[in-house]
Amino acid sequence: MLISFIINGKQAKREIAPDTILLDLLRSMGMKSVKCGCDTGNCGLCTVWLDGSPVLSCSVPAARLEGHTVTTLEGLQEEAAAFSRCLADEGADQCGFCSPGLIINVLALEREIEDPDVNQIKEYLSGNLCRCTGYQSQLRAMMKYFGKSQE
Amino acid sequence: MSEQRYVSHAIRKLDAGALLSGKPVYTDDLAPASCLVIKLLRSPHAHALIESIRTEAARRVPGIEAIFTYEDVPDKRFTEAGQTFPEPSPDDRLILDRRVRFVGDPVAIVAGEDEKCVDRALKLIKVDYEVLEPVLDFTRALDHPVLIHPEDSYVAKPGIGTDQYRNLCASNLRGKGHVDEVLAQCAYKVEETYHTKAVNQTMMEPFTTYCTMDIYGRIKVVSSTQIPFHVRRIVARALDIPKSSVRVVKPRIGGGFGAKQTSVSEIYPAFVTYKTGKPSKIVFSREECFIHGSPRHEMQIDVRIGAAEDGKIRVIDVHTLSNTGAFGEHGPTTVDLTGTKTISLYRDLDAYRFQSEVVYTNTVSAGAYRGYGATQGMFAVESAVNELAHKMGMDPALIREMNIVRQGDLFSDYHGQRATACTLDQCISRVKELIGWEEKYPFVKTGPHTVRAVGMALSMQGSGIENIDVGTVQLKLNDDGFYTMMIGCSDMGTGCDTILTQMAADCLGCEMDRIIVRGVDTDQSPYDSGSYASSTTYVTGGAVVRACDSIKRRICQEAAALMELPPDQVDFDGNLIIDRHDPDHFMELSDLVNALQAGFGRIIEVTESNTSPVSPPPFMCGACEIEVDLETGKIRPLYYAAVVDCGTVINTNLARVQTEGGIVQGIGMALYEDIRYSPKGKLKNRNLLTYKIPSRLDAGSVHVEFAPSYEPTGPFGAKSIGEVVINTPGPAIADAVYNATGLRFRELPITAEKVYAGLKEIKGAEDADITGTHALRQG
Ligand code: FES
Ligand code: FES
Repeated sequence: MLISFIINGKQAKREIAPDTILLDLLRSMGMKSVKCGCDTGNCGLCTVWLDGSPVLSCSVPAARLEGHTVTTLEGLQEEAAAFSRCLADEGADQCGFCSPGLIINVLALEREIEDPDVNQIKEYLSGNLCRCTGYQSQLRAMMKYFGKSQE
Repeated sequence: MSEQRYVSHAIRKLDAGALLSGKPVYTDDLAPASCLVIKLLRSPHAHALIESIRTEAARRVPGIEAIFTYEDVPDKRFTEAGQTFPEPSPDDRLILDRRVRFVGDPVAIVAGEDEKCVDRALKLIKVDYEVLEPVLDFTRALDHPVLIHPEDSYVAKPGIGTDQYRNLCASNLRGKGHVDEVLAQCAYKVEETYHTKAVNQTMMEPFTTYCTMDIYGRIKVVSSTQIPFHVRRIVARALDIPKSSVRVVKPRIGGGFGAKQTSVSEIYPAFVTYKTGKPSKIVFSREECFIHGSPRHEMQIDVRIGAAEDGKIRVIDVHTLSNTGAFGEHGPTTVDLTGTKTISLYRDLDAYRFQSEVVYTNTVSAGAYRGYGATQGMFAVESAVNELAHKMGMDPALIREMNIVRQGDLFSDYHGQRATACTLDQCISRVKELIGWEEKYPFVKTGPHTVRAVGMALSMQGSGIENIDVGTVQLKLNDDGFYTMMIGCSDMGTGCDTILTQMAADCLGCEMDRIIVRGVDTDQSPYDSGSYASSTTYVTGGAVVRACDSIKRRICQEAAALMELPPDQVDFDGNLIIDRHDPDHFMELSDLVNALQAGFGRIIEVTESNTSPVSPPPFMCGACEIEVDLETGKIRPLYYAAVVDCGTVINTNLARVQTEGGIVQGIGMALYEDIRYSPKGKLKNRNLLTYKIPSRLDAGSVHVEFAPSYEPTGPFGAKSIGEVVINTPGPAIADAVYNATGLRFRELPITAEKVYAGLKEIKGAEDADITGTHALRQG
């Protein structure tokens, strides 16, 4: 089937099989920031925005894109730069494999919740797993980014 | 090594920009679109012989390029473990075997142009099995009538106590003094058995490899691996081709933690590309990472420990039974650390003994997981020390302060080595301050049915493997005076590229951006044993220091000749080569290189290797505070305090993040991560739903500090950090749970269900007797 959609601000058309998963479509279009860490919707590595809201692209049929807008980290480079710097300054990018999904979800959080507190941050991002860092450095980076002092 | 502008600072990782902007830097991001997709048909039985395989129908599926079975592969056994030659793990596997030894063992390799056709073909392969009795219980595997490796082509390695006809992969016994006699004299003793399971590393990037064939017909293996040089050897042996026909390249790695110290995925695409000449790739699903990964060895550890009236620990006896699963990868070596790293934490023992058996079973083949046996051993021995303290009515911190190894001591069981740099005593006292030990030990009631409690444990590891691990660094001086640094160790996210560059920049007296660091390509990089055994900072770091010293000498030599001075009359400050007798007489480094490149002298390039005769242990103390709900059994980790002695801290950020990450992995093992098999040997925990690793809501907050010592044999005084940090949560949390509930758990994980069941049992007993510990806490 043929679908047309907007990806990272650009109009696109693609011929896809009806059972194509969004994650696979995006990677095949060169959006390699979108990672697969599980097959069960548990890790958050595949997070992208569908019409501006975060979704797990491993759990969304690509057909749902028809007429919609999808955004990956590739399309958010400028918006992501400041938070990425905070992560880098904390060394919170150990292997980096979980970083794109995390960053894109932090940006979604920022748009959704004004002045989030620690618990809101942790809660919102609880689906973004990271096996390397133990989350502490990520939290420090977020506190800095959101202009909070560390307790 | 004048002033340190980079070492001991919080330097950003060199690859941070690429990683954080989502650049295509991992194996699957780089695989050509033309790769054949590979999947494996897997055995549904834990133990069986293949009677027949029919692949004709599957081969007819459009798009299928090749299907291979045991009839197509070389008959030369090999091991997938990646350790330095001579690899101690037995050669006990084939690429595909007629005998399948665990549920998930590969039966056929299917390669086709896309996933869809491969999936269809997989369903069309018909296999008849002669189902055999499996050996699933590792406590009954030794001398079981069913043999897992009866084959004649099995190759045992010398000196590791293998007996394939007893299902025995390895065994060992050593010690000093008369353990039984000393124990009999001890006023207090603990004799208990501890059990840890085959937990999974769960690195976020699954096992991934792609292969291509180059113009010379050589196989290029691009893989997410910690051990590129060993992969070259393993692939060559498995395919029965010369090593010169294999090139291994390591891109960025999405985590390893030891999982990728076994060549789990490489041989399949290597074989397909070798046979078809076409590029091919395999990307394990998360489920495959569980059912066909390389998890921690499950162990049952008997500990006997005894102390005199005054609390002096006199004897430690450790007997470890390790389950290596279907194959022997890392079996002989992991088990050893359950003894060396635990017994050596305590000084002046009158006697000790370490005994081990490593057995085969029909379960997933185990491998290397951060901590490498020390983690299992530390859970047992540190738990036993805690139990001993409780028996004596002594503070567990105090019994440690009385008995721990001190700077200058000969270790109790550590290959005759001495503690040349050790601040373990400071680690303990600082951890006590951080957590508020005096106020909080053993527990504080916080609500009608909640209790907060603390627990403590120690840990040590190694820094590389003495006399075995080799790091090599090649430095080249280029135009304008920038350097290329070729290293052979794998940065797996741990930041070794950055750390080694920090060291080099300080040695050479230049900016970090004047050094280009090149990761591993076995065709180009100098040999390195790989990134495991906590070796990169210490072993390869040592090679960096040597290479820098030697290139500085060469720079002085060449410049002196051009300046018409004797070589020992010039100094190099990073930019200028200066006449010692006349500071106005100097040459710029860039002018020197330009002159050399115009033929006035010899181009400057050096290569230096490093092997250490010792493996100085990093130490740490960890203590946790948890809250237990006495009605539901729920355990909430609140706070973890850790103080680490890793010698000089090279990168304060990265060392801290390593420590935090290791502790949270340890918390996962202590509280959440469970491995269970069905009665027929099928692994039940095969995705992130049923195998729960800590999320950011489950980890509590972790506070890390360092108590630096100075290791005289280490680069800039450094030891290692990567592994020591995972070992304390198990025993510390188990003791905190005991302090909170009176329940002693000697098996991990300690789940809420187990605590709930335990509390119910106590309550039942205490309804009759109201003076027990539970009643006290319910107060
Ligand atoms: S890949 Fe894990 S949630 Fe999508
Ligand atoms: S940095 Fe490796 S998984 Fe998060």
